[in-house]
Amino acid sequence: MNLVAFQTIVVKEITRWTRIWSQTLLPPAITMTLYFVIFGNLIGSRVGEMDGFGYMEYIVPGLIMMSVITNSYGNVVSSFFSSKYQRSIEEMMVSPVSNWVILAGYVGGGVLRGLFTGLIVTIVASFFVDLQIHNFWVVISVVLLTSILFAIGGLINAVFAKKFDDVAIVPTFILTPLTYLGGVFYSISLLPEFWQGVSKLNPIIYMVNAFRYGFLGKSDIQIGIAFAIILVFIAILTSFAMYLLNRGIGLRA
Amino acid sequence: MTKALSIKDLCKTYDNGTQALKGINLEVEQGDFFALLGPNGAGKSTAIGIISALVNKSAGKVEVFGHDIDTDLTNAKKQLGLVPQEFNFNMFEGVEQIIVQQAGYYGISRKEAKKRAQPILEQLGLWDKRNSQSRELSGGMKRRLMIARGLIHEPKLLILDEPTAGVDIELRRSMWDFMQDLNREKKTTIVLTTHYLEEAESLCRNIAIINHGEIAENTSMKGLLAKLDMETFVLDTTGLPEKMPELNGYEVRVRDESTLEVDVHKGAGVNGVFQELSKHDITVLSMRNKANRLEELFVRLVENPHGGPKS
Repeated sequence: MNLVAFQTIVVKEITRWTRIWSQTLLPPAITMTLYFVIFGNLIGSRVGEMDGFGYMEYIVPGLIMMSVITNSYGNVVSSFFSSKYQRSIEEMMVSPVSNWVILAGYVGGGVLRGLFTGLIVTIVASFFVDLQIHNFWVVISVVLLTSILFAIGGLINAVFAKKFDDVAIVPTFILTPLTYLGGVFYSISLLPEFWQGVSKLNPIIYMVNAFRYGFLGKSDIQIGIAFAIILVFIAILTSFAMYLLNRGIGLRA
Repeated sequence: MTKALSIKDLCKTYDNGTQALKGINLEVEQGDFFALLGPNGAGKSTAIGIISALVNKSAGKVEVFGHDIDTDLTNAKKQLGLVPQEFNFNMFEGVEQIIVQQAGYYGISRKEAKKRAQPILEQLGLWDKRNSQSRELSGGMKRRLMIARGLIHEPKLLILDEPTAGVDIELRRSMWDFMQDLNREKKTTIVLTTHYLEEAESLCRNIAIINHGEIAENTSMKGLLAKLDMETFVLDTTGLPEKMPELNGYEVRVRDESTLEVDVHKGAGVNGVFQELSKHDITVLSMRNKANRLEELFVRLVENPHGGPKS
């Protein structure tokens, strides 16, 4: 593996999202502060307890996970599509960088932005709630794997995107609804049995609940199943992304 | 000796059915300065795209310094530097950043890349701009940035796709010197496409003309120019008689009251023209070629692809 090339792509990505920090790092901090103030402080006090925890405490893991998902995906989709649009992707295509390294480099850059944003949101959350971690390794492994999964998803979206509108379609019409319905703000045990079943078709439910388990030790689903589902999705999306890159779909005429 | 570039029966048909390349064959020797000419849409950029892995070929074989792009693409890419026709760098990245990143893709460490970048940027007059964003550069500087980027990994074969397009004359001349030094001193094989035929004639030793996806001519520059059977000269005189007399052995056309065009066949020499004009008391003030010699041949080849130039 060309480690220098991998490092080059990751550094390029970090340089990009730190250069435009007001577009990448500041908005999640502001948005999450508003969530904490409105849903946590104002409305949360009327909601009462959820699964035995204060509402604010209950929603924090989901909100952190939401920002990690959005930023991991958003970074790769916008950066890779921008490289396609400006044709600077050709710099990599003419060089002896393997497609594995291109995928790993972009995913690495997206994951680092996702995790950094997650850290910012966690710091913001610590001003509103006394954060406790039930299982540190579950927290780290779930957030890392979820970030990897959505960063790969962002690359696949970018490969197919032909115009800037295409970059926004998936996050707006698929990712946001799935995240909001993914148990960030409520426990699925509150839902009627039928809707509980429907909710379990949403993969984000598993990620949010596994992450919440890491913080609170409570989950609507089994942790083992959550890990298995995330890993299976990573394997499927990685294979698909490699197929697209190897065939040059959306990249080579 | 292994060819710097070997292309066999290369075909490309795009998804919309356009047949851009119809089985071209081409060989470029190591150390050559090779011109690949052709009108717009002839297939030059498609061929370059295939060689540099930016376009998928439909059929045929391409080898770069003996490395087949189907079976040994990584090594083929290592030998190759590409300076494309259109700007294709990130407009928000810095000049030095673009160069150092490109080196990184070839496995060259950041420290080594910075060391290599300085003399290249200095030679191309970009060192003072190393920290500027690429979008802040002038058109000529952007062209030079693409050359610097294409050279950072010290390729053995450099493909320049219209590197001097839209560049002023002074800068074009300095780029010619740079390319010649690269070819002579560093022994870099260069394949050049250009619409400035004077450029190809001055720089290149061998030439291929591609038209409608086929090779219309592939020979040495000298060999091609030798095929030119006639040249047209434009003569500015002090004044022409009302009825222009015939010049023995030369075909003459009057352009205005003091300007003539004279067709001179190969081997006839131009002395006779002056002798004939002197007989009629016509004084020549200056003389020039109507068109670049290569340009004349090029026009004939692309207008008459199957007939080729008269010899």
